[in-house]
Amino acid sequence: MDQLYTPSTEKCELVSASKGTVKFLLDYSKSLSIVKAEGMVFENNLN
Amino acid sequence: MEHQTDDSTLVQDYISGDERALEILINRHNQRITSFIYSKVLDRDAAEDIFQDTFIKVIKTLKKGNYSEEGKFLPWVMRIAHNLIIDYFRKNKRMPKFEGGDDFNIFSVIGDEKPNVEKQLIKDQIDSDLSMLIDELPDDQRDVLIMRIYKDMSFKEISECTGVSINTALGRMRYALINLRKIIQKNNIVLTNY
Repeated sequence: MDQLYTPSTEKCELVSASKGTVKFLLDYSKSLSIVKAEGMVFENNLN
Repeated sequence: MEHQTDDSTLVQDYISGDERALEILINRHNQRITSFIYSKVLDRDAAEDIFQDTFIKVIKTLKKGNYSEEGKFLPWVMRIAHNLIIDYFRKNKRMPKFEGGDDFNIFSVIGDEKPNVEKQLIKDQIDSDLSMLIDELPDDQRDVLIMRIYKDMSFKEISECTGVSINTALGRMRYALINLRKIIQKNNIVLTNY
C-alpha cells in the first residue's frame, strides 16, 4: 500500500510568486497601451 | 473587502481601466497558480517565470478586449499556465538544462557517443580474439552461436536452418557459451575494455 503514496512531498508545496514579480506585472500593465487602428492592433509599452 | 468582489467584476473593472482590479486578481490567485506551476516544473525560478508569462498573456488579452467571459477567470488563467508549462518542457527537451556543481564535467554532456581511438583499438582486438576463440568450438556449437549472435537469427530459424529441433539448438548454444567461458578461464584471457 505504501507504494501508492508519492515519496515526494515537494509536489504539494504551496509557493507564491515574489512581490517583485507581482510589482513587475502591475507596472507592465500600467505601461502597456493597446492601440487599434484600421483593423490592426498595436502594442505600445510606455515605459 | 477584496473577496467580496467576484473575479468577473474585477475583470470588467480592469478592462475599464481600473489597475487596482488586476492587483486584487493577481494577489487572490497568486499562490494557487504558482503552486500549480511549481507542482509541474519543480523549479522555483521556472515557476516564477511561467507565472509572469502567464499574467503577461492575461494582461494583453484583457487589454486587447479578446477575453470572453465564457468560463471562469481562474480556469482560463490555469489553462494559459498549463500551455506555458508544456512550452517550458518542450523547450527544455530541445535544450536540456544542466546545473553545474563541483563534480560537473561538461564533457559528460557534450561528449561524443562514439568510442575514442584507444577504445576502438581495444574493441577491435577483443572482436578478433573472440573470433579466434569461437573457431575453437565444435562445429555444431560454433554454427549455432554465429547464427544467433552475429546473424541475429531466432532459435526457430536456426533449427530450420540446421535441421535440428529448437531444444537441440538451445542446448548447443548453451554448451557453446559454457565452452567459451572454459577456454577463456583456462587461458586467462581478458575480454574487456576496463
